[in-house]
Amino acid sequence: MSTVNRREFLEMAGAGLLIVATAPLSDAQRGGGSGSLETRLHIGEDGFITVLSGKVEEGQGALTELAMAAAEELRVPLARVRMVMGDTDQTPNDGSTAGSGTTPRTAPLVRRAAATARDLLLAAAGRQFGADAGRLEVRDGAVQHAGKKYGYADLARSPELAAAYKEALPANTVVTPAKDWQRLGKPQVRLDIRELVTGAHRFPSDIVRPGMLYGRVLRAPSYGATLDSVDLSAAQKMSGVTAVRDGGFVGCAAPTTFAARKALATVSATAKWKTAEQPSSDELFGYLKQHAKLQERPQAQDRGSVQKGLAEARTRLKASYQVPYVQHAPMEPRAAVAEWQNGRLTVWTGTSNPASVRQQLAETFGIAQDRVRVLVPHFGGGFGGKHTGEAATEAARFAKEAGRPVSVQWTRVEEFTWAYFRPAALIEIEAGLDAGNAISAWDFTNYNSGAAALDTPYRIANTRARFVASDSPLRQSSYRVLAATANNFAREAFTDELAEAADKDPLEFRLAHLDNERMRNVLNAAAQRFGWVERRKKRRPGIGVGLACGTEKNSVVATCCEVEVNRTSGALRLLEVVQAFECGAILNPANLRSQVEGCIMMGVGPALREEILFKDGKLTNARFATYQVPQFHDLPKLDVILLDRKDLESAGAGETPIIAITPAIANAVFDATGKRVHSMPIRASRG
Amino acid sequence: MATIRLSVNGKTRSVDTEPERPLLEVLREDLGLTGTKYGCGEGQCGSCTVLLDGKPAVSCVTTVRAAEGRKIVTIEGLAEGGTLHPVQQAFLDEGAVQCGYCTPGMVLQTVALLQNHPKPTDAQIVDGLNGNLCRCADYQRIMAAVRRAAAATGKKG
Repeated sequence: MSTVNRREFLEMAGAGLLIVATAPLSDAQRGGGSGSLETRLHIGEDGFITVLSGKVEEGQGALTELAMAAAEELRVPLARVRMVMGDTDQTPNDGSTAGSGTTPRTAPLVRRAAATARDLLLAAAGRQFGADAGRLEVRDGAVQHAGKKYGYADLARSPELAAAYKEALPANTVVTPAKDWQRLGKPQVRLDIRELVTGAHRFPSDIVRPGMLYGRVLRAPSYGATLDSVDLSAAQKMSGVTAVRDGGFVGCAAPTTFAARKALATVSATAKWKTAEQPSSDELFGYLKQHAKLQERPQAQDRGSVQKGLAEARTRLKASYQVPYVQHAPMEPRAAVAEWQNGRLTVWTGTSNPASVRQQLAETFGIAQDRVRVLVPHFGGGFGGKHTGEAATEAARFAKEAGRPVSVQWTRVEEFTWAYFRPAALIEIEAGLDAGNAISAWDFTNYNSGAAALDTPYRIANTRARFVASDSPLRQSSYRVLAATANNFAREAFTDELAEAADKDPLEFRLAHLDNERMRNVLNAAAQRFGWVERRKKRRPGIGVGLACGTEKNSVVATCCEVEVNRTSGALRLLEVVQAFECGAILNPANLRSQVEGCIMMGVGPALREEILFKDGKLTNARFATYQVPQFHDLPKLDVILLDRKDLESAGAGETPIIAITPAIANAVFDATGKRVHSMPIRASRG
Repeated sequence: MATIRLSVNGKTRSVDTEPERPLLEVLREDLGLTGTKYGCGEGQCGSCTVLLDGKPAVSCVTTVRAAEGRKIVTIEGLAEGGTLHPVQQAFLDEGAVQCGYCTPGMVLQTVALLQNHPKPTDAQIVDGLNGNLCRCADYQRIMAAVRRAAAATGKKG
């Protein structure tokens, strides 16, 4: 990892010391955030350490991981570290909590800030004791020397002493190498778990403010419909109801959700809409191809000449793959509470990008950003689906009109319909095998869904991998690991077709094309634990085994699985999964295991069932009864192997473990039925 | 509007409300018991699970009138004097929580399951909890927590 331009500085800050560590962000990492990452670490006069980070907690484990990182370098028990996250008045702008970025970018920054604090303590203690700081060490948050003790509380209580070191902050603070970790690298249950199991934690939808109302928003009956006219008068006559129309925004706020719903029903009954023609899910993939923006320069990764490679190939194969829209459907739908006071706006909401939501609110209401405060309590799941702040804006509109705090909580149907979707994909691949049965040409085009994990990890002399944008019928944006799931599904399913054409075992065929040592390691680890070689030879009616691998975000994954296909009904059942994952030095093995298991099981949904259906601008399955996400019944025998590479930088792990399960299932279905899979969700035809 | 008397977590609470309101909304908005979560409003996800006379019920499709005169237990009513219920303790020890939004419903469903099946088989756990969704899909950890809770309760009993 580059350490260029990193810097730390020290400030006096109310009852203690503040150490700020910054690192520049590349354009690609910046997203909606500022030009640099920043972490602040406060040493209180009570000896408690507070880490202030603009990152947010949504179940992925960032809070615990960052606290562990601070405790490690400070040499204090975890209980001495407090975390303040996602509060635009208190925490720096760290950009979005996205792209597996907290582990590789924010955790190192926290470690640097904490290591700087530790060095400062050593230097100050050395001065206090008249001893050489280099000969002292910090244990349990204190330096002991000749029967005397000097700790972080002492440091914070003597700012003049610390100030003497202000200019002399070590330029190259050394963080503890992974092999010497005492707290990082050990399993740690999430620090806020007690509040979660007792129901005491206040999620954004649980925030209550004095005199608060509950708001409900009028939604269009279909995509593309615009409001022609509406009559608020009946709602306005209802006791305690604030009915609002502001351009296209119409809604009712009332002392209870029940009253708001009733008021909105009277409004909805009077609403006249202009509808617009919309494509349906039946025609989706033709539509995406027809509307491909081929005139725009596609994102491409090329090597050699794919035309030449294909022309010279001994065998050529071709296939196209379809991946429908899916919805994140976090258990907590979008929610926000907004409150105006003296022209200042405070909003509590579940978003992975508090700084961007603050900016959006400031622009919407024409006020300066420093008059808006966005607080993000640990919220109920995001999976890439909560980068925006729709509920925040809605709550703020209501609150402004009502003159009271207002809570807006989206219904499940609203969350399914009006949140953004994971992009649908049409993927076309053509490849050639040379005389030695090696892949010699690879032509891969993703229409519409994105460029993540676009390039092949296999050694192929002639490749072209393209992402071509299209005109999406539905509102689409990020989802856990972006397009890597679609791209890896198509690539890995097709790789099995090539292996068959080459008359090679799928494992052997992949290894023959893989130089990436880390990918080889996970493939071998998963195959060995699964018993790939033996189980592949065993033929049992209706049972199939498959494997797949992949890499993204500097981590690697390989999955083997076994499925059963009912010969008469075609019903598909996932029986067993073995997945090996490696993301460098593991920071918190307990959380990593949860993330990997969760990724596999979340991935099972779009692999087997999840698919957004729409017709005439309306979703036809916007409920859990008809859009069936994974349940306990879907849990196979599940074995996760975590490879710990203490010699490598830690990479994020909340995304990549989702990319290999779908193609592994697809390949197992082929093994069971002899029929290739070309679309998600996977439907096994009768064998 | 009607005055409805509810027995919640061992206390009698009196609420002036439209009797057809969902119990979920009365618990959250009138009684401040926000541990019970809205997930779908249709009884399809189990986030709003409470115990009614000891049996699990989806409070989003239970009217407050229907809950009158019955013993309601919410997640706030499980721990006694700062000591976690064995099921809560098992979820904590197992780390069977990611975002935690489904956790109150999962915990209460598990309490009910273990009343019926003190030593559940894996198939009984799956059947008993299948109506409770976890989008973090932490099902493997939750299964482990339920097994742990069963073992702990078994020892105690």
